[in-house]
Amino acid sequence: MSRRGLIKPGLIALALLAFVLFPFVFSNPTYTTIAVFTLIYMTSTTAWNGFAGYSGYIPLGHAAFFGTGAYTFAVIAQHDHLGAGYGMFGLIPLSGLVAGLVAIPVGLVALRTRRHTFVVITIAIFFLFQLVATNLGITGGSSGLQVASPTWPGATYNDPFYFVALGLLILAVAASWTIRRSRFGLQLLAIRDDEARARGLGVRVGRVKLTAFVISAIPIGMAGAVYAYFVGQVFPQFVFDPLFDLSIALMAFFGGLGTVWGPLLGGILLEPLQQYLTFSYSVGDLYLIIYGVIFLVVILLLPLGIVPSVSNLLTRRRSGRGRASPPGMAAIGGDGDARAGLVAQSGTTP
Amino acid sequence: MTILYQGLIDGVLTGAVYALMAAGLTLIFGVMDIINIAQGVFVVLAAYLSYVLAAHFGVDLFVGILITMPALFLLGIAVDWAFIRRLPATDRTTMSILVTYAVAIVVEGVLTVIFGVNYVQLHGWYVTKSIHLLGFYLPYIYVFGCGMAVLLMAAIYLMLYQTRFGRSIRASLQNRPAARLVGINVDRVATLTFGIGVAVTAAGGMVFGATTAFNPNSGYDLISRLLSIVILGGLGSMAGAMVAAISMLMVEDVVASVWSPLWSEVVFFAALVVVLTLRPQGLFGRSFSRAQ
Repeated sequence: MSRRGLIKPGLIALALLAFVLFPFVFSNPTYTTIAVFTLIYMTSTTAWNGFAGYSGYIPLGHAAFFGTGAYTFAVIAQHDHLGAGYGMFGLIPLSGLVAGLVAIPVGLVALRTRRHTFVVITIAIFFLFQLVATNLGITGGSSGLQVASPTWPGATYNDPFYFVALGLLILAVAASWTIRRSRFGLQLLAIRDDEARARGLGVRVGRVKLTAFVISAIPIGMAGAVYAYFVGQVFPQFVFDPLFDLSIALMAFFGGLGTVWGPLLGGILLEPLQQYLTFSYSVGDLYLIIYGVIFLVVILLLPLGIVPSVSNLLTRRRSGRGRASPPGMAAIGGDGDARAGLVAQSGTTP
Repeated sequence: MTILYQGLIDGVLTGAVYALMAAGLTLIFGVMDIINIAQGVFVVLAAYLSYVLAAHFGVDLFVGILITMPALFLLGIAVDWAFIRRLPATDRTTMSILVTYAVAIVVEGVLTVIFGVNYVQLHGWYVTKSIHLLGFYLPYIYVFGCGMAVLLMAAIYLMLYQTRFGRSIRASLQNRPAARLVGINVDRVATLTFGIGVAVTAAGGMVFGATTAFNPNSGYDLISRLLSIVILGGLGSMAGAMVAAISMLMVEDVVASVWSPLWSEVVFFAALVVVLTLRPQGLFGRSFSRAQ
């Protein structure tokens, strides 16, 4: 391996170390609480991007799977004999599995449509989930469900949640990275660029899309379960939250849709900001305004996202002028981010 | 049986108002390929404007529309100028969903800051009184609202099919490059269409606010219904939006009266999912290739 080939793994190891050390350095519960939420959102946006960014389909209803995971966890946790300790974390994979199973019929219906109709039908299905959760008896209706608080000591109360969420994030990133480099990922990118042609070239379009859709739902369902245990209560309007859909989309767009690292960057920058704004301005709901304005600015001024923009800049600097994609090319359908991915890969395989 | 018929009649009366709001949405899509997610929150904004006019200045709700409608028309033009025009060219429709969603959040935030999250409802003598006709109770607000919606839709149809501007809109709807080639200022048509599409929420918002208690958060529920209606009718089809609005509201009101109001909304979205599974382009949708 050349020296350049070592830079990227080194950076990843450093970042991982920083993440592991974080709760020991900043033990203030306010910070670790924000950190847990940030990890939950980074996981969700990474998983969302694994479908939306690679396939070009933009679902705005993945909160349905977040809520499904949260409710799966909360409903099972109602059985007292399970206790309230570390063992409860064992329910998280199950919650992800249920979310994945639920995603199969949702995907079958939604993926019959394309582009904007797809966006709208995912929104409609999301509201269907919210309504059903509000009306069913097993979900506790609009008064929601309570989850028993864990038994571990209060001084380091957040730490177990933090490390579970971190593990989940690592899983999600590993999955996203693997998909990006696999034959399956190439098929998704082909669908994004030209679905009809991809079909003509022998990609089993329907199966590939549905698989990616279901895979994207699983980590989000698991993140929902972590959320349910961490917050201790599950309400229909909080776990089936339209702002969740928008937030993860914003994070992915902000960092760079269709890249592996972009959603992480978007999540780690925006979620603490959102938490901070919620803490500071919750009375006046100013945070809604600020958040909406950030979204508008990102979409209109930085449609490509941070990672592809920086990658383009680096590519241009390395290879002289004129070879990189022009800035301002939209993330979807443009080849700017595909090239950014190639740059990212060439870093690890000299 | 009476309950069933009452549900059907309520469905037709309220469906007409939804048809009007959905017509704005579908018109915008047809001409601009833009899906305006903010339509729902604009309805709520209009309801609040009517509320302010009625509560602080004593303006009658129906008279107040003469003020709120131009106000929302201008707001629509401003949103088009500030955001829609600046959308990146690739995959405009999907990007428009994200941008107008963000606009909706900003408006919701502003409304929350000003009015708080408590539910309010509009008042007028026609809100609480009903006509007793052939054994059915028809609230005046439903009847008046339906009448106004029909009038406004007739006005939109007249504009579309009898005026020069309407012809420009239909030309832009059918084929934008060709419309540009024959000298139509397509951008101006688009801006005005967006304004008109948003302006109809003024009327819809007033009736909505008089029949339902609302808060700044009510926009989500509205937009998901309106989107279901326009998708069901086929995006870009005015007739489809009307048929879909009235049939969906009839189904919802019948379910609400014979079964349970809790499940009526579920039926609403479930009907959408079923129809789209069978017919992805909607009931009156244009062929799939154009819709892309």
